[in-house]
Amino acid sequence: MSNIKQSFEDHTSTIPAVQEIPATPAAPRRMTLNMGPQHPSTHGVLRIVLELEGETIVSAAPDIGFLHTGIEKEFEQKNWQQAVTLTDRVDYLANLSNNLVYALAVEKLLQIEIPARAQWTRVMMTEFSRLNSHLVWLGTHALDIGAMTMFFYCFREREDILRIFEMFSGQRMMTSYIRIGGLALEPPRGWQQVVGKFIKAFPSKVDEYEELLNANPIWMQRTQGVGYISLEDMLDLGVTGPMLRGAGLNWDIRKSEPYSSYEKFDFKVPVETSNDVWSRYRVRIQEMRESAKIITQALEGMPEGAWQADAPHVVLPEREKMKTQMESLIYHFKIVTEGFRVPAGEAYQCIEAPRGEIGYYVVSDGTSKPYRVHMRTPSFGNLQGLPTMLENTMIADSIAALGSMDFVLGDTDR
Amino acid sequence: MSQPVNHPAILETKEAFGETTLVVDPARIVDLCRHLKDSEKYVRLSGITAVDMHPAEPRFEVIYHLHSIEKNHRLRLKCLVSGVNPEIDSATGVWRSANWYEREVFDMFGIGFRNHPNLVRILMPIDWEGHPLRKDYPVHGYKYSYPSE
Repeated sequence: MSNIKQSFEDHTSTIPAVQEIPATPAAPRRMTLNMGPQHPSTHGVLRIVLELEGETIVSAAPDIGFLHTGIEKEFEQKNWQQAVTLTDRVDYLANLSNNLVYALAVEKLLQIEIPARAQWTRVMMTEFSRLNSHLVWLGTHALDIGAMTMFFYCFREREDILRIFEMFSGQRMMTSYIRIGGLALEPPRGWQQVVGKFIKAFPSKVDEYEELLNANPIWMQRTQGVGYISLEDMLDLGVTGPMLRGAGLNWDIRKSEPYSSYEKFDFKVPVETSNDVWSRYRVRIQEMRESAKIITQALEGMPEGAWQADAPHVVLPEREKMKTQMESLIYHFKIVTEGFRVPAGEAYQCIEAPRGEIGYYVVSDGTSKPYRVHMRTPSFGNLQGLPTMLENTMIADSIAALGSMDFVLGDTDR
Repeated sequence: MSQPVNHPAILETKEAFGETTLVVDPARIVDLCRHLKDSEKYVRLSGITAVDMHPAEPRFEVIYHLHSIEKNHRLRLKCLVSGVNPEIDSATGVWRSANWYEREVFDMFGIGFRNHPNLVRILMPIDWEGHPLRKDYPVHGYKYSYPSE
């Protein structure tokens, strides 16, 4: 034991003391700091190499790919309907948005009409997933900045939303509820009461969040004027979603290129102009209120009728029909054994997800498997703006700034 | 529907499902991109991707999705690139967002982008061999071999 100690001391004593090199104005001392990949505030596995001059960030280089799972390659191995389950796993906070955009893209190629009830349910469910995503964002972002309570408040409501997902689809997170040709299951009996109860109480919950944060001096100081990036830079760098609306650009795909009957809903697009973490917080809070409005309209005006398209070559027949009618049996057999075929062609479909523009580019060669599916994910685009945003800011602000981008690393790396 | 774009680099214009596709001469893609951004207001580059048409030749299609917020219109540009030593000019000089999109295409398909500032792998490990999204790349990769049936 003493030998080891002795040798350790011998060894350490031979290392000369670190010499401080005096900084000269021409060549200030720089330090490279490795943030991540397992940093709690990067919300996933992201590594950022920061170059610091004192406490100021000179440059930031994000290093991504830690969560790459080859989803685009896997798409090519599944048949069209099976691949819906992969879309859930892209962005685990907005899985229904990913379900929807994939279904819409394939339906574009198939040229099938989706009945109104399915469309409205889709809208309602994607708005729930927007609430879910914004709640997780607000909770974790506030936690990063030091507001512990917000985390519990937000996750309390998120739990209710996950229960609603479970009620509809049988799954809390990997829902796969929106399928090509409609929905996976008929909306369950009594969903109106559950959704109605939640949505009636929800605005008062948002009031609670605002009460905690809006006049909170710590929150204001840590968010106002922090994380500025000019609108031109953002457009040039591929940033989308609430980031742009927080910089005064009134652009929301739900309004500009409406899909799944969004044009029938009455809602506003919140826009803030201060272009900092605060304005992004304000945008997302107001978006939650608008989403609640959309869900209320969907609840009150939900059309009656079919929840799946009238397309026997795509949609599985009812169990009873399959057992009694020859034709349904044949369709059932064909769909289950080899999957339906999609006419050759290509389509790009984009929607406004909680984080920005999700675009699926789908190529079919006429077989029952996708030839190529490319996902343009909002987190990937948004993260590209990070180096510009962090340049010449303080390192303490970097946590607030990168949190305000609201990226999900699964969405970035796919 | 917006006005058709006229530029000598455009070889063909296609319409399908309300989407416009321009087939473009790969040698002049940057000229066209600059024209579209400066004169036609396609301020946003939504994404760049590629499709492997293996074993056809030219093997790769490089796809650009452009978006104009002002015109509320989207455009798809398509360049056919040969499978032998695939290369195309980089659009990073026009949109900075092309940087990561092109790195992803390089990583996944092995298509080179001339004049790209930092063309290294982005998603796969830096020392990875092969390009996973090529059609001749096995799903399980080259690293592990499974006994054949």
